[in-house]
Amino acid sequence: MFRPPPRASGYLHTNYGEDLSLFRTRTERVSLAIFLVIVASFPFLASPFALDLACQVFLASIGALSLMLLTGYAGQISLGHAGLIAAGAFTTGILAREIAAPFWITLPASALTGIVLGFVFGLPSLRLRGLYLAVSTLALHFVVIYLGGEYETKRGFSTGIVIDPPSLAGFKLGGRGWYFVLFVAAVASLLICINLLRSRSGRAWGAIRVRETVAEALGINVARYKLLAFVISSSMTSVAGCLFAYYRGFVSVEAFDLFLSIQYVAMIIIGGIGSLLGALLGAMFVTVFPYLIEALLRLLPNAQKLAGDIFAVNYAAFGVVMILFLAFEPLGLVGIWRRLQNYFLLWPFRYKPLAGARK
Amino acid sequence: MSWSRLGRLTLRAPSTTSRFQLARTIRLQLAVNILVLGSIYALIACGYVLIYRVSRVLNLAHGELMMLGAYLVLATASLFNGHPGIALAAAILLSLLTGAIVYIFLMRKMTGEMVLAAILTTVALGILVRGIVILIWSAQQQYPAQALDVSNPSLVLFGGARISMWSAVLVATTIAVYGALFIFLRFGRWGMRMRAAGQNPLLAAQRGINLHGVYALAWSLSTLTGALAGILMALDSGLTSSMPVIGLKAFPAALVGGLDSFAGALVGGLIVAGAEVLLIYYVDPLLSDVVPFLALIAMLIVRPWGVFGTREDLDRV
Repeated sequence: MFRPPPRASGYLHTNYGEDLSLFRTRTERVSLAIFLVIVASFPFLASPFALDLACQVFLASIGALSLMLLTGYAGQISLGHAGLIAAGAFTTGILAREIAAPFWITLPASALTGIVLGFVFGLPSLRLRGLYLAVSTLALHFVVIYLGGEYETKRGFSTGIVIDPPSLAGFKLGGRGWYFVLFVAAVASLLICINLLRSRSGRAWGAIRVRETVAEALGINVARYKLLAFVISSSMTSVAGCLFAYYRGFVSVEAFDLFLSIQYVAMIIIGGIGSLLGALLGAMFVTVFPYLIEALLRLLPNAQKLAGDIFAVNYAAFGVVMILFLAFEPLGLVGIWRRLQNYFLLWPFRYKPLAGARK
Repeated sequence: MSWSRLGRLTLRAPSTTSRFQLARTIRLQLAVNILVLGSIYALIACGYVLIYRVSRVLNLAHGELMMLGAYLVLATASLFNGHPGIALAAAILLSLLTGAIVYIFLMRKMTGEMVLAAILTTVALGILVRGIVILIWSAQQQYPAQALDVSNPSLVLFGGARISMWSAVLVATTIAVYGALFIFLRFGRWGMRMRAAGQNPLLAAQRGINLHGVYALAWSLSTLTGALAGILMALDSGLTSSMPVIGLKAFPAALVGGLDSFAGALVGGLIVAGAEVLLIYYVDPLLSDVVPFLALIAMLIVRPWGVFGTREDLDRV
């Protein structure tokens, strides 16, 4: 788990407002402004393909952040994340299809489904830990997918549910509109996570992750905070599923197979367990990775011959990357990033600072 | 998926049979189907149990390794053209080797890591294997039985129930494998070492047992039994890259019986298969993919350590 790296110099905060603000120094505020300018100008410069990729990254970030909250901070392993995304997407699809519900009904409804399912997914965690919890969430994933498939077959949408794009007073979202909506959604989930983690619940989750018995002895209601972690995480995930359904305009069980769950777990592993920045980096990496592999394959001689195998190459390469990260860089991309940061912080010296930085 | 037809009935009863006889035949056929599916699950599940019992690692790549074994038959079949026996033996030996390689080059690095890391490494391995298999053999359905030039006649049992020859072989193999494992673990020198390592790795190591050797052996044996299941299923009903699904569906069988008990895996396989076949027949064919996991959830609620498993600290893994 990471602590933030040591600051180069001490900043004296003289009131609570300053102490609580997320951007405390001038450098941070300036880089935030630069970042916002880049984000705002990106859709006007980038190709539609890059825009779609960015939207996918934002969607994946929401899911990865919520899984990070659950697994990285509260220490509850979940292999059923795709089931929760599917639940949100299907709630949206079913409501939109059956009663033509507008998005301001389907979005809260998806969140509600997430809350209920989070409670159900969380119940085994009261009794089971580690491996057994992982397989119970895995099983629930299959149950959710089965229910979705059942609905599709029984209602005759065997190929999937088509959803009309959301509209408000005749205004419809285009590519750029989606980009900003999803960006705002991702930032909102990031803020929710940051604030949850630096408040009472975040500290409780940390204690539960490290040692449940001690957490209990400290007066933390372990059962309550475990369920809370599941509920919050899964409602965020379901909202991501709802946005996913609208963004794609199409819901089908095939999109939510076990591989998707694994991809989300891979995001937090590759990004770096126990860091929100890691969740974002991981989401970006895992989303962009297949396109990267495809582009690399194009560079190879006789690329035409390989075109049919891109899917398989992607699969194999994803497996290799995951193994490499698990075996050689358990701290993930964030670990690499912190090392780089330390290198430049300390330059021209090589030794590590005494406190704060790791490894 | 071809193996899911096990749950459905393909009965072509002659029109002269009475209704009573037909009902009896259906019941018999259901029993045979349960037996076959139960043997499949039990044969796969003993691979999970072997690795879990010896090294406390859950191998989620078992389904993929099983599929790899079946695909290896395709490779050896073209290598030893016209000698199906040699080809099968070579494929089985190769899968034995695969298991050892997986342990030595991958899982050995993960000893002592946290649960999630070890599980995810096996998951990643599964993805890798699946990618490689599709890359080499394509995602299309293959027929190892044709490549080996062996037939698969349907045998009629007493009372009109049918069983395909390779399914019958599979049931026999399951019984043989369990018998062999029992004798090996009970009386074999290495079997005793495996039990010791599973009970207390620290003490076992101090008594001079080569833990890495024992773990490698467990991985190879597990891959071997998985490959046996994969090969026999592929000979029975063809082979696609979606085979790992059945490997995953066999995991609940291992857990229902108790993750560290071989007798449990056998019983769990039959319980899960029974629930699956009956629910598919009487309720809904779509249930096929979810019944094992419903059984798993039910078991986790009632008795997380399984029917025959030892009640341990569930987070000890």
